[in-house]
Amino acid sequence: MKKLSAMSKVYLLFVFAILYAPIFYLIFYSFNSGGNMNNFESFTLEHYAAVFEDSRLIIILLNTVLVALLSGLIATIIGTLGAIGIVSLKDKKMRNTLLSLNNVLIVSPDVVIGASFLILFTMIGVKLGFASVLVSHVAFSVPIVVLMVLPKLFEMNTSLIDAARDLGATKRDVLTRVILPYISPGIFAGFFMALTYSLDDFAVTFFVTGNGFSTLSVEIYSMARAGISLTINAISGLVFAVTVLIVIGYYFINKRSKSVATGGQR
Amino acid sequence: MNKAAKGPLIPYVFWIILFVIAPIALIVYYSVLDLNGNFTLANYAKFFTPVYLKMTLSSFWYAFLITLFTLLFAYPTAYLLTKTKHKQLWLMLIIIPSWINLLLKTYAFIGIFGLYGPINALIEVFGFDPKQILFTDFSFVFVSVYIFIPFMIIPIFNSLDKMNPSLIYASRDLGANAWTTFRRVIFPLTIDGVKSGIQVTFIPALSLFMITRLIAGNQVITLGTAIEQQFLVSQNWGMGSTIAVFLILFMVLTMLFTRQKSKGGRV
Repeated sequence: MKKLSAMSKVYLLFVFAILYAPIFYLIFYSFNSGGNMNNFESFTLEHYAAVFEDSRLIIILLNTVLVALLSGLIATIIGTLGAIGIVSLKDKKMRNTLLSLNNVLIVSPDVVIGASFLILFTMIGVKLGFASVLVSHVAFSVPIVVLMVLPKLFEMNTSLIDAARDLGATKRDVLTRVILPYISPGIFAGFFMALTYSLDDFAVTFFVTGNGFSTLSVEIYSMARAGISLTINAISGLVFAVTVLIVIGYYFINKRSKSVATGGQR
Repeated sequence: MNKAAKGPLIPYVFWIILFVIAPIALIVYYSVLDLNGNFTLANYAKFFTPVYLKMTLSSFWYAFLITLFTLLFAYPTAYLLTKTKHKQLWLMLIIIPSWINLLLKTYAFIGIFGLYGPINALIEVFGFDPKQILFTDFSFVFVSVYIFIPFMIIPIFNSLDKMNPSLIYASRDLGANAWTTFRRVIFPLTIDGVKSGIQVTFIPALSLFMITRLIAGNQVITLGTAIEQQFLVSQNWGMGSTIAVFLILFMVLTMLFTRQKSKGGRV
């Protein structure tokens, strides 16, 4: 393969610089003792201290993580079962209908999802707050899990199931001993995606959250509307650190599971 | 497989009915209600007044600009990425910023584009007066493009990566220059990636509301901003739903327009 020309390298470098500049800009000023993002006065950790001293902010942070974990878990269960159900459907038309409906929430604009869920919760009398946010996050995560699990199910050889049956496995055994272990990489990927979607969501949460319950995105939005506050910068520093840690962790888990898989084939 | 596997579908079908079908039905239902809950078509009549039509047009125009610039920057990036040595690693580095909370990235630009921010400092170095960059069309389009670029790069990268390189060699051997090869061979073969990229950019760009509020300072009103306004500020759910109905229609049209020919089944 040809080597990249100098021009190409400059272009790539430019794109990477643009992508990372705002993030590092935020982190840089999170250490600024001055109250703004323009003049760097001196190094300080006071904004980080402010984050940890603000019990309201800590509660919001915990809420965000709790909603993400719970909604990810529930969505993974519903989505995995759904994917298994879809694959086992004989009726092609039915299967395609379900798949199209599955994609509706993925392509729908967040604002429409948020507004329609707001109507739904108000109509069936769900109080806006933790419950409505959790349920919405489950709702928009389910189709993602389905899409992550389906390819694994399709690539699975059905004779594996037939063999298990012939050897006397019950329906339950087939599911827990054959199907689930085989598709577990897809399930993990689905759970992981659901987590990231939940952590990142702003628009849907903004619509279905009432007074008194808030997630990080919603809180940052109201803080940012009020103007620049270096507390947000400190939060972004923490978020970036956690994200990088997750990425590194994910990378190594992926690498290990791959080497385990290839090791098993020997 | 056999018939016995219907059980797993029950919670899933329940989810589809409650969170896919019911919400759409409710949006349509509310779009024909007035503020007192009586049946009316006034909301639809209002949508076709110049105020709303102008807003829809400008929303389309901004979404078009955002998609165009995103594509213009993303395509070469994706192409060059496939040529790098550790391409999966570089792709990962492109994806990482997309995992940082959207709000935080948008907030960063309040500082960057601010009157005393680094961009204006740079402008002053070149001897010009500082400009109001924040709260302009430019800042809105720039930040949106920034947000969408990773999502455009990924599908284009994937389709470029799948392409058989011998097709390019063949084209070059047959005497096509670099531009012709790109126009006649590479681009048509990666059109599916471009279409997915447009899908994940254009539809969200029509419905942005957080960036318009924070960066465009209510200078730009998109369909998304209008829906948010009607639902959460004016409390006029009927009108909000009507705009949402049109947004859904535009979404369906976009999907049809960018539908992929290969492998039927998924729209």
